[in-house]
Amino acid sequence: MASASVQINLPLPVLPAGWTAEKDFKPIGHLSHATDRNIEPVGPHFLAHARRKRHKRTFSEDDRIQAQANVKKIEDDDEGEISEPEDPLMLQREAKDWKGQDHYAVLGITRYRWRATEDQIKRAHRKKVLKHHPDKKAAKGGTEDDQFFKCIQKATEVLLDPVKRKQFDSVDEAADVEPPTKSETKKGNFYKLWGKVFDAEGRFSNKQPVPKLGNEKSNKEDVENFYNFWYNFDSWRTFEYLDEDVPDDNENRDQKRHVERKNQNARRKKKTEDTARLRKLVDDCLALDERIKLFRQQENAHKNKRRLEKEAEQKRIAEDAAKAKEEEAKLQAEKEAAEKAQKAEGKKAKEAAKNAAKKNKRVIRGAVKDANYFHGAGDAPASQIDSALNDVDALITKLDNEEIAALTAKLNGAKGADAIKQVYQDEVKQLIGAGKLKEGELKSLS
Amino acid sequence: MSAENDPAQRVAIGISFGNSYSSIGYTTGEGRAEVIANEDGDRQIPSILSYVEGEELHGGQAKTQFVRNAKNTVAYFRDFLGQDFKSIDASPCHESAHPVEHESTIAFKVKDNADKENEVTVSEITTRHLKRLRNSATYYLGKEVNAAVITVPTNFSDAQKEALNKAAKEAGLEVLQFINEPVAAVLAYDARPEAKLADKIIVVADLGGTRSDVAVVASRGGIYSILATLHDYEVTGLKLDQVLIDYFAKEFLKKHKSASDPREDARGLAKLKLECEAVKKALSIGTSASFSVESLVGGIDYTATINRTRYDLLGNKLFSAFSRLVLHAIEKAQLDPLDITEVILAGGNAHTPKIASTIQNAFPETTTVLAPSTSTTAINPSELSVRGASIQASLIQEFELEDIEQSTHPMVTVTPHLSHAVGVLCISGDESNGIFHAIVDAETPLPVRRTAIISTPREGGDVLIKLAEGLRHIKVTKPEPKPKKEKDEDDEDDSDDDESDEEEELREKTWKVSNVLSQAAIKGVKKGGKVEVQINVGADLGVNAIYREVGAKGGVRGIIAGGKAANGSA
Repeated sequence: MASASVQINLPLPVLPAGWTAEKDFKPIGHLSHATDRNIEPVGPHFLAHARRKRHKRTFSEDDRIQAQANVKKIEDDDEGEISEPEDPLMLQREAKDWKGQDHYAVLGITRYRWRATEDQIKRAHRKKVLKHHPDKKAAKGGTEDDQFFKCIQKATEVLLDPVKRKQFDSVDEAADVEPPTKSETKKGNFYKLWGKVFDAEGRFSNKQPVPKLGNEKSNKEDVENFYNFWYNFDSWRTFEYLDEDVPDDNENRDQKRHVERKNQNARRKKKTEDTARLRKLVDDCLALDERIKLFRQQENAHKNKRRLEKEAEQKRIAEDAAKAKEEEAKLQAEKEAAEKAQKAEGKKAKEAAKNAAKKNKRVIRGAVKDANYFHGAGDAPASQIDSALNDVDALITKLDNEEIAALTAKLNGAKGADAIKQVYQDEVKQLIGAGKLKEGELKSLS
Repeated sequence: MSAENDPAQRVAIGISFGNSYSSIGYTTGEGRAEVIANEDGDRQIPSILSYVEGEELHGGQAKTQFVRNAKNTVAYFRDFLGQDFKSIDASPCHESAHPVEHESTIAFKVKDNADKENEVTVSEITTRHLKRLRNSATYYLGKEVNAAVITVPTNFSDAQKEALNKAAKEAGLEVLQFINEPVAAVLAYDARPEAKLADKIIVVADLGGTRSDVAVVASRGGIYSILATLHDYEVTGLKLDQVLIDYFAKEFLKKHKSASDPREDARGLAKLKLECEAVKKALSIGTSASFSVESLVGGIDYTATINRTRYDLLGNKLFSAFSRLVLHAIEKAQLDPLDITEVILAGGNAHTPKIASTIQNAFPETTTVLAPSTSTTAINPSELSVRGASIQASLIQEFELEDIEQSTHPMVTVTPHLSHAVGVLCISGDESNGIFHAIVDAETPLPVRRTAIISTPREGGDVLIKLAEGLRHIKVTKPEPKPKKEKDEDDEDDSDDDESDEEEELREKTWKVSNVLSQAAIKGVKKGGKVEVQINVGADLGVNAIYREVGAKGGVRGIIAGGKAANGSA
């Protein structure tokens, strides 16, 4: 960024005589205002800009931090391969015993082992060669012992050939992580202890990436996925590296075949054992895995919850039904009581009404007498009395209790025969109007 | 698929998704962008899907279906994404499946399986298209591609981006970032190993099939700001094809008087179209091309040849429209052609030599036009944006998505830009004024740090450094009448261009000092010594200046307060 440097070839002006300023600098003006624009979030220089802005760094700070980061990276790379001390016993190895040697230790990359990349192996090889080259040893005045150099060559040959490297990795016990025992697991962190084991075992998987053991927060799906993976583990592990040497062709052919067969069987056996071992390992881990119990508990809790909910629901329904029934019964009882009371009351009222009606009727009939049986003046003849009484009786039958009561009230208010007659006539007229009587039916009252 | 969000497992490619063509690219281990060819060997993959009896054809194979199966061929759909049916221009789709309204989005009615006609939404089409692109990249790279940087035009709305993001996700691609097409083109040029970091103003003219976009971009120390954009849907590659279509149709009718017009026959038109596009491309490479269609109309085969001069004449109107468009964009950015350092021609039509030369003529000689016909170092214009996208993809693929989001947040991207250039005054013929030399150009995003090395008077001694703001000024001088006559003749010989009668003006870029910021002195500079000036301009407009003699100890430091004080005094 700072590399943007401008070269200006025109010379600067000479300082005028008498120019002075504090510390030789004199601010005069200000920059005119800036325009806000969007810069495009693209390109390496923008990334630098974003880094500065987000971490609030100035140009020089950022330069320094970036430089430090870069330096560190290079150092890391270098350290990786040289810092491993060489075991003096290893240096005395004979090249012909190459099968027994730890190729990674020979190259000084035991910290990587099966993780070592091809590039790392190559660089490690180069470094070792520079150090252990027989010519160098000879120059130092030592013997012409090139045994360890041959070991290095052999180790590189094995590790750079993918097939041979797989064979070696398969039996590289130094890379194995012993599974923790039950008591160890109880004491330590389950996920940390077992995670390492599965990381190491995972190197044999044909399927990559290998699912991780995870931690106590892993969800059920991941955990199940993990165990399913390990129970169906697809391993490339082979045991050819441990084969007995097969004799050359020129020796006994039968002997050769015999050894070959023996090797085959041994391999098969070891493979079976390995599979069984792995299975047991996963079984052990599964048995110790708290999460499985937790999931089961959760599931049970879930089931129980459902069951309890169901029961509660049923109980509630039953209760509701009982309550409804009770209420209904109560209502019924109330209703009955009310009815009874009403009945009794009705009876009383009826009786009272009857009595009142009787009384009223008596008044009505009496009124006829008061009105002199509707006969003008003087004593009414018997026939007139008869017809008047009959008519009034007929009228009474046409009327109900209330109307009778009303009529009685009216009659009580009326004095004199004419007024009484008038009341009767009105009543009759009304009845005729209501269609209950026919005109002329009650002759004496018309 | 948790791997998708894990930066370590990410395999990211760059995608340029255009209306007419798409391309895919990746960045090699050495940091070079490469464009990936699909199964058919196309690096420019037509953005076309076609359905033949339930089988999906894509790219070049789908394109040939225009002739026989136009109804079930979907093309030019990019701009419909995330749009309303009312607001789209469906005219490019006239000869293929027509867009229809479908539940607030846009769909195409195609027979995409066996015998049933379905309404397929435009986002579904996009997903299918991107899926095919992703598969091609996966086959090529041998690794499952799961992330991409996609280029979009500058006027792509957030809704459109959202729709494209969704479609990409459905296709199994995590969109790391959307980047603007013109900026991708600039990045493609700047990422070349031989590119030098310089402050420049670049015009990116993208001449596509259905639209042309021009953007004026300021590049300051590798940071890009768009100053102006212009979009045109009339001056396009399809129009150029149309010119050729008309020409060949007329020639055909002249030869076969009894035949009917091939343009009125759907198949004839489709055949003409395909062939004319091929002819156009051929004319960009060679000086003549042959046109040949079997059974153009009514079973008549037609063959003809056309040379480049004829084509240049036919397309003259459009070519000058192209250059007017570019000039218009510069005007919009309130700049002058003299300010433009580079013109990058992108898009398929940038191959056309006449377009490049027309634009070169419209600019002064100081401006470089980067197109295949004018510059040998030019990158293939069709591949510019995909290269830019691939480079960006390789830059950010290791970042967490959240990190990318934060970095592209307006908090980070919106920055103050200098409105005037800041520089020093150097000595000149007349000592009283001095000549302004810019150190930090206008439109530079703040904060910025720049260094300049300035020579001193020959005899050394004390020097004065005046820091000032400069205004760019275009000096126009009329030439003497004598050379004008010659020029007129030249013009007549050259072409029948429109400005043959206009006077040629001599235009120059000069600086005017507008505002002196500070003065400082460096004393006792050695003979032949040089002075280094470092300017830090903060986001608050504060200036921190450091002056020292190269190779000497000590120096002068000064701070000019910025911010509100500046506004107050102005």
